[in-house]
Amino acid sequence: MPVTDRFVTRGFTGRPRTAGAGAPGDAASRTPPGQYLTMDFPVLSAGPTPHTPLDRWSFYLEGLVRQPVTWTWDEFKALPARDWTVDISCVTKWTKLDMRWRGVSVDTLLEHVELQPSAAFAIVHADGGYTTNLPIGDILNGQAFVAWEYDGQPLAPEHGGPARLVVPARYFWKSAKWVRGIRFVDRDVPGFWESFGYHNRGDQWLEERYSGD
Amino acid sequence: MASPIAWRLATITAVRPETPTVRSFTLSLPDWAGHRAGQHVDLRLTAEDGYSVERSYSIASEPERAGEIELTVERIEDGEVSGFLHDVAAVGDRIEVRGPIGGYFVWDATGPLAEEPLFLVAGGSGVVPLMAMLRHRSRTGLRNPTRLLFSSRRVEEVVYRDELDALAMAGDGLEVAHTLTRSQPPGWMGYGRRIDDRMIGEVLGALGDRARSFICGPTALVEVAANSLVRLGLPGDRIRTERFGPTGT
Repeated sequence: MPVTDRFVTRGFTGRPRTAGAGAPGDAASRTPPGQYLTMDFPVLSAGPTPHTPLDRWSFYLEGLVRQPVTWTWDEFKALPARDWTVDISCVTKWTKLDMRWRGVSVDTLLEHVELQPSAAFAIVHADGGYTTNLPIGDILNGQAFVAWEYDGQPLAPEHGGPARLVVPARYFWKSAKWVRGIRFVDRDVPGFWESFGYHNRGDQWLEERYSGD
Repeated sequence: MASPIAWRLATITAVRPETPTVRSFTLSLPDWAGHRAGQHVDLRLTAEDGYSVERSYSIASEPERAGEIELTVERIEDGEVSGFLHDVAAVGDRIEVRGPIGGYFVWDATGPLAEEPLFLVAGGSGVVPLMAMLRHRSRTGLRNPTRLLFSSRRVEEVVYRDELDALAMAGDGLEVAHTLTRSQPPGWMGYGRRIDDRMIGEVLGALGDRARSFICGPTALVEVAANSLVRLGLPGDRIRTERFGPTGT
């Protein structure tokens, strides 16, 4: 039977709750609904880890832009980078606070192209054929970056290295590992997990985990 | 827009120990619409004060079992949900469930993948979604060449050991290879080391690069197994992975 009112699980008390100001309470307020905090950095991937040599790596912006642009690895690393400290939530329920990355803002990338007025969605492409879709409004104004360092070290392949997109305000599957480019389009196209039952937008604060949530 | 996957109340109808730290829970779900082998469900536990936690667990049972599902849960040290399931939950208790979830790490005995050789690699409780596939395969009478390479620490920690032995003796094309990484009992005939390229190559054997592969376990095991299969020529889109556990960094 579907659950209507709040159901209480017999005998479940859970971990001790921390209340009020200070670090533990702050951590609780930064944990989206249904998530738990982890100190690990779990790995989740649908297939083998790609290993693209850096001399064959490139990053492109294409689609509804006046003039597509492609960067080599060296050119990309020479773009103005900054450090980012963000909280990350994975749809598999873990949340990790204060993750430290280094990379380039999508805003900075977009300074190199002129988007056509009809461009409304970003289709993110990655090695291995992975894709994910985002409205352009979800990756502008400091909301998304392409990272090549995590915690002061080059980003490990199993975590998406050499470079991964990071979109902290969405569940982590939107932060495409092994990212290679963004195609701008006028109509939305569901990406990989978005085609396998996961939510099209994936806002962790609205608990948009699965299609229909 | 699809409607949300609803939370439902399932009743625990059986609890069965699999190993000292792993138990299987049968959940009665009378209006369960069915699932595909490899999918998972979300569980939600709620305390009196409204505090609640959710976790995802792979479904261990085959889709052919009507009106119930089975979950196999390893007790994680300090695990808020697995600890509750092992120490508190009892037959007759009700628990909130929603699903099935996930449409990629799945295998259907009736679909286009059914005739292809199947190569499964499991580490520890990562065997659970693969067991759903093997039970599904057995129930549907399929005879496609299938091999499971299963890594456990010790023989007493091998999840589903007796059932896997029985499935492998059915003569329907399934072979099971075990490796024990921490200790091996006297007379052990299986492997006794962590999964490596050579082991993957030996167990894959004649299945070759036509195989469809599903790998589930800790990250390090999945990385080794998937990379080996890529080197052996299996196309990346034939290798599906599911990972859990810390990265060790």
